[in-house]
Formats: sequence, C-alpha cells, structure tokens
Amino acid sequence: MKASESLAYSASEKVIGWRLFLKTILARAYPRIIGQQREKSWIFFEIFMPMLAVAAYVYVYRAIGAPEEYVGFVVVGGAMTAFWMNVLWSMSSQLYWEKETGNLALYIMAPNSMMAVLLGMALGGLVATTMRAVAIMVLGTLMFQVQFSVSSFTQLFAVFFLTMIALYGMGMMSASLFLLLSREAWHISNLAQEPIYLASGFYFPIKSFNFWVAAAASFIPLTLGLDAMRQLIFPSGAALGFLNVNLEITVLILLCIVFLIGAKFLLDYMERLAIREGRITESRR
Amino acid sequence: MPDYAIETEDLGRVYKIRGNKKESELRKELVALEKVNLTVERGELFGLLGPNGAGKTTLIKILTTLLAPTSGWARVAAHDVIQSPNLVRPRINMVSGGESSGYGLLTVRENLWMFSQFYGMPSKEANHRIVELLTLVGLQDRIHTKSSDLSTGLRQKMNIVRGFLTNPEVLFLDEPTLGLDVGASRDVRNLIRGWLDADKKRTLLLTTHYMVEAEELCDRVAIINKGRVLACDTPANLKRDLQRDAIFEIETSPLNGLSNKMLADQPQVKKAALTEMNGVAKLELVLVDESALATVINILSQNNIKVMRFTKREPTLEDVFMDRVGQRMEDVEKEDAPNEGK
Repeated sequence: MKASESLAYSASEKVIGWRLFLKTILARAYPRIIGQQREKSWIFFEIFMPMLAVAAYVYVYRAIGAPEEYVGFVVVGGAMTAFWMNVLWSMSSQLYWEKETGNLALYIMAPNSMMAVLLGMALGGLVATTMRAVAIMVLGTLMFQVQFSVSSFTQLFAVFFLTMIALYGMGMMSASLFLLLSREAWHISNLAQEPIYLASGFYFPIKSFNFWVAAAASFIPLTLGLDAMRQLIFPSGAALGFLNVNLEITVLILLCIVFLIGAKFLLDYMERLAIREGRITESRR
Repeated sequence: MPDYAIETEDLGRVYKIRGNKKESELRKELVALEKVNLTVERGELFGLLGPNGAGKTTLIKILTTLLAPTSGWARVAAHDVIQSPNLVRPRINMVSGGESSGYGLLTVRENLWMFSQFYGMPSKEANHRIVELLTLVGLQDRIHTKSSDLSTGLRQKMNIVRGFLTNPEVLFLDEPTLGLDVGASRDVRNLIRGWLDADKKRTLLLTTHYMVEAEELCDRVAIINKGRVLACDTPANLKRDLQRDAIFEIETSPLNGLSNKMLADQPQVKKAALTEMNGVAKLELVLVDESALATVINILSQNNIKVMRFTKREPTLEDVFMDRVGQRMEDVEKEDAPNEGK
C-alpha cells in the first residue's frame, strides 16, 4: 500500500454511548492486568512483605494464647490489605501520576467518559489485586494451618463483592478529589495508609473498639466487609463480630450507592473546576 | 458563511499565580493570552510561531477543551469549546512534543490500541490501522517493543501515530519535533505534510519555535509573543513586507563594548541584533536600504572592529519575528528564562 493511501484512510463508524463507555473501561483496565504479568516485582513487595506483617501478628497472638480464630482473622486481614493498598496508591493518587505523564489530558480530551476511565482503573486494579490477595490467603492458610468453616457462601460472596464495589467507589471518589492536587496527593496517601490499617481492623476484630469508634470506622467499606467476612468464615466469628451480618450487608449496599454516585458528581465537578483553573495539565501555580 | 475549522474571538486567559501563605493576599496574575482573534480554514496547515512562554500551548489547551478561557470564545470544528466540549472532542486529537503518555509496560501496539478505544474505534480496524501507520513511520519492527524501551525519537513517532490513528478533523501538534534529531524531525515533518495532503478536509494546527519548520510546513503562520498575535499571514506575505529592507549578516572581530543600542539608534538601522561567541561577533541588521551599510561599517571601524565577512540575504521568518517583536526569538527566550519559576 502506498504511503498516500495509508494516510488517506477514513475511519468507519466509531461507537458512542454505552458501547464507548464499555470499550473505555476495558481499555483502561488492560494496562493494569497486563502490567502485572510483565512486572514481577509485585510478588516480592505485595506478597512476601505483607506476609511478614501477617506472621508477626500470628506469632503475637499465639504467644499470648489468643483463640486460634485470631490467626485466621490476621490472614484474612492480610489478604484484604492488598485491596486497600491498591485503592490508595493505584486509584486515589493515580490521577496525579496520569497528570505528570500527560495521560490525564488525553483522557479528558478524548470523547470517552472520565467515569469509564476510573471504572477501568478500578476493574483492572480489582482483577490484578485479587490474584495477590488469593496468593496471601493461600500462603497464610498453609503456613499457619488456618481452619475455615463457611456458614453461607452466598452471603460471603455478596459481602466480598459489595465491599469491593464500595471500596473502589471510594477510591474513584477520592481520585476525583486528587484531580486538583499535585505532589501533595502522594503525601496524603502516605498519611492515610496507617490510620486506615488501624481503623479497619486488618489484624484484629473491630469489636475491640468503643462502639462509636467502630461505627465511625465503618465509613471505610473494608471495616464492615472484613468484619462480616470473618463472621461468615470462622465458627466463633459471629461472637467477635461488630454488627449482624445482614445489617452490615445493608450498610455496604448504602456505601456502594453513596460512593459511586458521589464519584460521578465529584468527578464532573472537579473536572470542570480543573479546566477552569488550568490544573488538568499543570500543577498548582 | 466560511467553513472554519478553528475560530477565536478576543480569546484571553489569565492565570492567577498563588504565592506562599504570607503572600496569599498578593495573588499575581499572569496574562497568558490576550485578545486572540484567529480563523483557520478547513484543509489548512496553520502554524503558531513564538518563543517559549508566548502563549502557544495555552491556546492549544483552550482549543482542545483542556483549559477554559477567561475571556472571549473559541470554536473548533464548528462547536464552541466551552459550551459543547463533547461535540468538539470526537473531532480532534493532540500530540505534544516530548510527551511521555501511555504506559511503559505496554507495547507500542497495545498503547495505540488503548487510546483508539477511548475514541470508540472498532478493535479490528484499530489494529489494522496501527500496523499501517507504524509501517509508514518505519516503526513496524517495534510494534511489540515496550514503549519504555523506545528512544525519544521513536516514542515521538508513536505519539504522532496516536494522533493520526483516530482520523481527527482537526489535529493539534504542540512542538512535535521538540528534542528530535535532524533526521527524525524531517521524518515527522514529511509525515505531517503527507497526512494533511491526503485529505483536504483535514486541518492541522502546529505550534513551533523553529522558524524553518514553520516556513517549510505551514500554509499560514501567526506570530505570537507575550500572549498576543502580532502578525498572521502566509510565510511569503509576511516576508514580502520586509523585502524592501536590506538584511545583512556581518561577522566581525570582538565588539569592544559596542552595544545593540549604538547601532539601533542610527536612523537608517531598523533592527539590530548582536551576538558574540568564541571571539567572533555576529551582527544581524535590518537596514532601510543598502546605503545604510556604510554608516554601520563606519561605526564598526571607529570602534576598532574588523569586518571579517558580510552577506546580504533574503528575509526569513526570523527577520519577520525580529521586525515585529524587536528582538530575535532566541533573545526573547533568554530574557524570559530568569523569570521562569519565580
């Protein structure tokens, strides 16, 4: 084919509407899923390192003679930490990196919806992180001989998926806020990491908190998600649970709605604001 | 009614520059664009020529819906960029020089495919098109290379392919040859011209601070400095205005303290620019007529400056810029550089 013929090409009909929305989600999810296959360093940083924290808590609990369920609590918490890290570093502050590389301008300038870009980031992150979480769960179970006894698979799946939707919805909402930020996004993520570890009860049941502290911590979807999952997979989990599982599922549904709708509105608002203030391509002047 | 691809009226953008907390009440304003009135017809390759910080990128950002103007309006592909950005976006694309968009872990093909999906291109067609365009730019053997492994020049070719891939009505290229070597720049320029010539309905707006690039490529050029459009016409017409002047380049021994002003103050000297490097000085002069050269030579000999070589030449866009701005583009950039980051 001659060069002039190649350049003279005219595109066939491009899809719009919901088909463009779906294409955008899949296209943006692709680098996350494929990237994980090509960069193997995550095996060390995101499986081996969290396993050290899990092991530390397990040995503490065993040393003080805590009930064996606590070991299971820690392993499940360790696996779910992967999702929190992913939301914090690869959702919330991601738009800062996208701005630095110039991708953000290309996303906004294209006819796709930014909401689809965020959903794609979330979907890709969720798929990639599930592999990490499963790896931690399997390793932890084998290493520490954790015994599971699932009381309801249906509820367990419902809790997991609702937790993920709410958690990634929260990530999308905070990503919108971070649209205006520059390097401070990185510092805010750093600042949020440890308090959320504590408040979500990654390594202990949140029932140990005062009721109101636990209720406030429930704003973070992982808190109730973890609590409900532990109640459903350990025989004495219900006794250590914060709220009834059905109530926790209801709250998780509400959190899903709030975070997803919030993300949509906040994203629209922040995009307009960023365009007005000139922050899509540049940091704060 | 003329069918303009780009139209602006009194377009302006003022940035508010925030200082630290103590200075928060003293917010400074930076006028990046001021009353820009431009029309670009469909099929045109239009150049924005100006030094760094002239407002070229700000104008492109407004036209590509990434930045709101603070005054005036702009239309691209017949749609208002502020009122109807969703009608503008499917019709445009943009490539910036030195951009590092995409994901380094993805291959060239995967990166291009990803961006094509954001425009709703069918995957099969996108993949076919990617191969065609990569072959055209000589990147077909790198189709499965991770983009992080590409050199700057190859990466820029990939970016240009990204711009062409979606077949936009209006393509914006912001300094597309920035940082490229001579060969890569030539390839990119050939590609740009070829793309535009292949379909007369396509429009391309290019910003550059390379005079030769603007002269070689553009149908029309707007000279922009400090946010204002100072001239807008075909390169030939812009130069024609200067053809009645006599333009000389003179190489001399060191200037012995001779200043630009001492020459520029002479009534027959319209513009003068002096540079000195490695013991050789270069004077670029725009004179009212050739007879004024004698006056200049006199001044030089009074200052014990030896003339080593002189040439008379045809005006270039650099001369047009100097005529309109009063300084060479290089000098404007040097002058503005210390203020950057303040």
